[in-house]
Amino acid sequence: MSIDTETARRVAHLARIAVPEEELPALAGEFNAILGFIEQLSEVDVEGVEPMVSVTPMRLKRREDVVTDGSQPQAVLANAPDAREGFFAVPKVVE
Amino acid sequence: MSDLTKLTIAGARDALRKGETTSVEITEACLSAIEGAGALNAFVLHTPEIALEQAKAADARIKAGDAPAMCGIPLGIKDLFCTKGVNSQAASAILGGFKPEYESTVTSQLFDAGAVMLGKLNMDEFAMGSSNETSTYGNAVNPWRRGNDDAALTPGGSSGGSASAVAADLCLAATGTDTGGSIRQPAAFTGITGLKPTYGRVSRWGIIAFASSLDQAGPMTKDVRDCAIMLQAMAGHDPKDSTSAELAVPDFEAMLTGDIKGKVIGIPKEYRMKGMPEEIEALWAEGVEMLKAAGAEIRDISLPHTKYALPAYYVIAPAEASSNLARYDGVRFGHRAKLAQGDGIVEMYEKTRAEGFGAEVKRRVMVGTYVLSAGYYDAYYNRARKVRALIKRDFDEVFAAGVDAILTPATPSAAFGLGEMAEADPVQMYLNDVFTVTVNLAGLPGIAVPTGTSANGLPLGLQLIGRPWEEGDLMNTAYALEQAAGFVAKPGKWW
Repeated sequence: MSIDTETARRVAHLARIAVPEEELPALAGEFNAILGFIEQLSEVDVEGVEPMVSVTPMRLKRREDVVTDGSQPQAVLANAPDAREGFFAVPKVVE
Repeated sequence: MSDLTKLTIAGARDALRKGETTSVEITEACLSAIEGAGALNAFVLHTPEIALEQAKAADARIKAGDAPAMCGIPLGIKDLFCTKGVNSQAASAILGGFKPEYESTVTSQLFDAGAVMLGKLNMDEFAMGSSNETSTYGNAVNPWRRGNDDAALTPGGSSGGSASAVAADLCLAATGTDTGGSIRQPAAFTGITGLKPTYGRVSRWGIIAFASSLDQAGPMTKDVRDCAIMLQAMAGHDPKDSTSAELAVPDFEAMLTGDIKGKVIGIPKEYRMKGMPEEIEALWAEGVEMLKAAGAEIRDISLPHTKYALPAYYVIAPAEASSNLARYDGVRFGHRAKLAQGDGIVEMYEKTRAEGFGAEVKRRVMVGTYVLSAGYYDAYYNRARKVRALIKRDFDEVFAAGVDAILTPATPSAAFGLGEMAEADPVQMYLNDVFTVTVNLAGLPGIAVPTGTSANGLPLGLQLIGRPWEEGDLMNTAYALEQAAGFVAKPGKWW
């Protein structure tokens, strides 16, 4: 399995991380080293094995569908890089 | 009393209750030790006002006779724990200036018990690293040195600041988190004791997430008794964490009898790696002898899927990280990149994440994105989860056959020099966690205890792995090992 520059570009975009064009070949190289290492997993016979979801055979707990907190817009917005009139502000999303 | 910073939690507790010292005195001693230890870069945020206020409150509680064991004990808090109103940024630029509006469950339990926060501790960015070289605050430095060589060594990672601070007596103990060995490997590199509890024993709520099915917080302390005391305060069911176990927390300290007669200790043959340094082999053999002399039965065991633990980890952890770290988008908290004319929301995400994340975090997020992407999900992610099930089954079978604990080395070598691995490819660095990562995959408790030193005078540790939920029994075995090893060496002060 070998990752080329084009695949590295696509993965970076999927991950929403800008990678300058000139750094893509080195990134592809690192991916190849890591994936080569991961490739060992194909040696294991996993026939009939259920993929593990949780380390404890514990059912994920559920709680009642009720409001437990709220009415704290200031706390929610306190760390926002840009907040206006009680909302998070972002660049224009709709053309 | 002299050398208040050298006290253990148990020692400080007893002295405080007898009125021989006060929490304010111990706290002031720690604060001045921290001031003089800038060269270690262990504390990245100092909170002396909070510390002194908490210490005064603790002294009042002790005077009133209402004093849990942690009351008045000055701690360092890993930067991965959200602390209300105090910068918490997981050593990442992307969380620059982030002041949580809430307190993590672990820290609020510790503070409710009267513990004192001296400040926040350095770590690898988002806990991704084994040498504390990926932090936005710069490297944390190990207080130990190789003989007379003054080369700076790594304290290990990701809890490198925690390990360095405890080893250098800047605090009495510290919080750590362990996703693949991030408590146990730095503990071994600095000659302290570090426990990774069973997954679900300690709440993950308010701890900045790396890989949610593996992350677990635990104590990093000067000895095993302190681990028991501090875990007691950290552990317990938390309704805010849906994976937190509804189990009673036993009195861990009371379980430290040192009596391990008849306990069965497994020695897994798969941990005898090719090319392992002789001194690690010798350390391990000595540990076996110590436990045997204490009355334990030693049994050779096999954990056949050990070899596949690291590759499985390097699929599962990045996959979960890529999902967890999707929240760093420059909208709700942390850094947002400056945008150019005409940039839309996608450019905002891409530039923010490119600027805010360091190289190792970007690499892991992208590897995680790749293994989860269409066409590769089954080949990588699902296969890794199946291998994980087999790794856990190996342990289940060994425990079902009567083994009480498993003894292994904690690390493949002593601490290495900062920068020494710079030329190595990422996989070389990942091999540091080869003995510890199986424990996270299987969700088991594991503890690293210092038992010897390397040829050039650096501490070396052994790891004990226990049955799920039996931290008390595990710490008792570790206590017996600690007593037999009698490790008392401390780093010479150069900082």
